[in-house]
Amino acid sequence: MPHDAQPNPDETALNERFEARIAAGETIEPKDWMPERYRHQLIRMMSQHAHSEIVGMLPEGNWITRAPSLKRKMSLIAKVQDEAGHGLYIYCGTETLGVDRAELVDQLLTGKAKYSSIFNYPTLSWADMGTIGWFVDGAAIVNQTVLAKASYGPYARAMIRICKEENFHKKQGYEIIATLASGTPAQNAMAQDAVNRWWWPSLMMFGPSDADSPNTAELIRWRVKRKTNDELRQRFVDLTVPQAQAVGLTLPDPALKYNEDTQHWDFGPIDWDEFWAVVKGNGPCNRERLQARRDAHEKGAWVRDAADSYAAKHQRAQTSSAA
Amino acid sequence: MPDASNGETQWPLWEIFAQEGEGAPHEHVGSLHAPDAELALQNARDVYARRGSIVSLWVVPSVAITASPSDEAGPFFEPGADKVYRHPQFYKIPRGIKGF
Repeated sequence: MPHDAQPNPDETALNERFEARIAAGETIEPKDWMPERYRHQLIRMMSQHAHSEIVGMLPEGNWITRAPSLKRKMSLIAKVQDEAGHGLYIYCGTETLGVDRAELVDQLLTGKAKYSSIFNYPTLSWADMGTIGWFVDGAAIVNQTVLAKASYGPYARAMIRICKEENFHKKQGYEIIATLASGTPAQNAMAQDAVNRWWWPSLMMFGPSDADSPNTAELIRWRVKRKTNDELRQRFVDLTVPQAQAVGLTLPDPALKYNEDTQHWDFGPIDWDEFWAVVKGNGPCNRERLQARRDAHEKGAWVRDAADSYAAKHQRAQTSSAA
Repeated sequence: MPDASNGETQWPLWEIFAQEGEGAPHEHVGSLHAPDAELALQNARDVYARRGSIVSLWVVPSVAITASPSDEAGPFFEPGADKVYRHPQFYKIPRGIKGF
């Protein structure tokens, strides 16, 4: 599809029609005309989201062999498999914008692509599996529930599918934490330690504050985003504080306080220096995660080769039986 | 093998249609890459039917699908929009008739 860099009269009319459709709440489909910038922003957002699902398998995959019971092990395997599926849903949605999945995977493996900063933190104890399900999947659900109403049809449909499946992720995580919190003092301490380490990085998952998020206004106007980063972060805090109280754990923020006027939980300042350091590749596990992805890709080459050989063998068999 | 010489960098794309329960229609659920139909079905099972409700899957090569035109959607579908007499509201029935 040719896209002119120069705006021409045709393009102006198309643009006006596009903006009118957005304003009317219509859904944009792959075959519809869209401004290059809308396409570009969606490819950026969706591919980062897909990469996050794929890299997100790593911190939890680490613990499959060390799960404390068969039940927990089955749940964790199912959850990690879901993340792979979610990555594929979103990659396939991104491909409808005219980009090749192979190209996106290449961008991830070469370190050119970004993914959620949360996955660059280490998983040090079994309680981290609980906290990731509770906080990280909880935050993802807050984010994705809103993205399920995004103006781009394939993205919205992928989000609906993901949200349906992800509720189990959060619940199994919270169950792990609730169990540990009501266990021995050592188990309770393990849960509290995990909560202390994951709380702030989870708040950072919603991205920079609105003041430092130059894309937000445009993405909201285009209904790609329906709420700002700060609005979603606040919703997550409001949902999570009572859940922490219910299991008797504290959140590591002395400034956390219910505000009667706003009916929201006020919270302390986020360490944005840490956020940007992790985004720029200097988090605790950035290099380790990328290396693990590269290894998985290379070590999985034989599976792709085998699939090729199998398909070729069947093709030959069909051709010869038809002859 | 994916043929890189003609710009193809990966396996062909397949569109996946799933039937969610007996009697339901097959609906488009997404797409995936696979070297042939058999492996497309296997992968579709793992990607789109991980939970119990799917009873049937179709995989169709994406290139086999011909879509209606997007820039002429108005005129293309107009014949369906301007025939009010195809709707029951177009017709009047005598008053007093209940349970028509």
